[in-house]
Amino acid sequence: MSAEATARPAAGADPLVPRPFRVTDSRRETYDTVTLELEALDGGGLAFAPGQFTMLGPFGVGEVPISISGHPDRPDRLVHTVRDVGGVTRAICAAEPGAVLGVRGPYGEGWGAWDAAGGDVVIVAGGIGLAPLRPAVLKVAAARERFGAVHVLYGARTADDLLFGADLATWASEADIHVAVIVDRAPTSWVGRVGLVTELIPSARFDPARTLAFVCGPELMMRYVAAELVDVGVPGERVRLSMERNMRCGVGLCGHCQLREFLVCVDGPVFSLAEMLPVMGAREL
Amino acid sequence: MQSLQELLKAHPFFEGLDDATVSMLVGCAQNVHFRPGEHLFREGEPADRFFVVRRGRVALDVHVPGRGTAVIDTVDEGDVVGWSWLVPPYHWFFDARAVQEVSAVAVDALCLRNKCDEDARLGYEMMQRVAQVMYHRLQSARVRLLDLYGTDRVG
Repeated sequence: MSAEATARPAAGADPLVPRPFRVTDSRRETYDTVTLELEALDGGGLAFAPGQFTMLGPFGVGEVPISISGHPDRPDRLVHTVRDVGGVTRAICAAEPGAVLGVRGPYGEGWGAWDAAGGDVVIVAGGIGLAPLRPAVLKVAAARERFGAVHVLYGARTADDLLFGADLATWASEADIHVAVIVDRAPTSWVGRVGLVTELIPSARFDPARTLAFVCGPELMMRYVAAELVDVGVPGERVRLSMERNMRCGVGLCGHCQLREFLVCVDGPVFSLAEMLPVMGAREL
Repeated sequence: MQSLQELLKAHPFFEGLDDATVSMLVGCAQNVHFRPGEHLFREGEPADRFFVVRRGRVALDVHVPGRGTAVIDTVDEGDVVGWSWLVPPYHWFFDARAVQEVSAVAVDALCLRNKCDEDARLGYEMMQRVAQVMYHRLQSARVRLLDLYGTDRVG
């Protein structure tokens, strides 16, 4: 879908055999979310395009699809931000520096951040959905002069659930990115906005016709955000969403992540709204 | 300095109203300012006016016994605070607190209700605008009830 080069695992390597990566750093983002930095034991690094994912997991425990959250210009340092929501992710979150995890990938089609060059960019994230979008923001920020207005609109459950607080501040202060944050509920010490992330869209200044929007979060949130973006004039084919389905193989063999005519692991996870519109409201999917 | 007429005409809530109607509303309106931490109104008090926010942020708070005070919504410039003035028994349901320096136009509820009673066209126009505000806040509250971010597994 995008002109951005999609990275693939090394030619000739068995796509189902994980490469061992050592954890070099572990940072707690929130009470249930951890960011890990990893380096390949074979020294080869892992080049990726923003929006791509890997199959990640401790050997002998299992593996799960996790979007890459690091800088796309730093293939030597693989970064994953993982929320503890089950057995495998709990084991990943518990991995300390020195631990070795298995990594397959990168897989899938990414955001195509370069497609936004010359126009405005609206990035809308909900909850941990900011993690897959972080590489796109970093990519845009690194070549900021090539883009028009850039907005990062971020919704979370509470202030304690916000990810990448330091990044959000840096993007706003140093990269001329309009950052707006909203939470579902808050104590009175919170001076930011309280409400739904869609409420941030009408007050964001951008030219809808020349805007490319990237949206990631719970599927229902994406539906409402996409509707609001279309409402303010962004064409459906210029709204991109990152879909999540139960991915197992990551390479289009097993069919676990089939979404009507699409296999999310190879055709996505990033799709245009135009592609997903008939699928998103379908109850049997 | 802008007149009340200009301030109301420029505010999104009153967008599209003709000059005569805005002039009528000006008779019920006054400029108000609140410092951070000051309350626009408190739960249980008579809802005798509503606020057209021109600048700043207002938090809607509710005190939950045993859990302290929680912010359930915020209202920024370009929006309005309060619809209890339109619905009996005309009492505020939440506290409204200035989070930042707030400049607003306060509209006297009894004055406006009387004008609406006298002029059904104005009443319908106001009802439509308040209904839109209520609709968006209700949708936001309903979606947030689902606690979407608490159950998503993206990433």
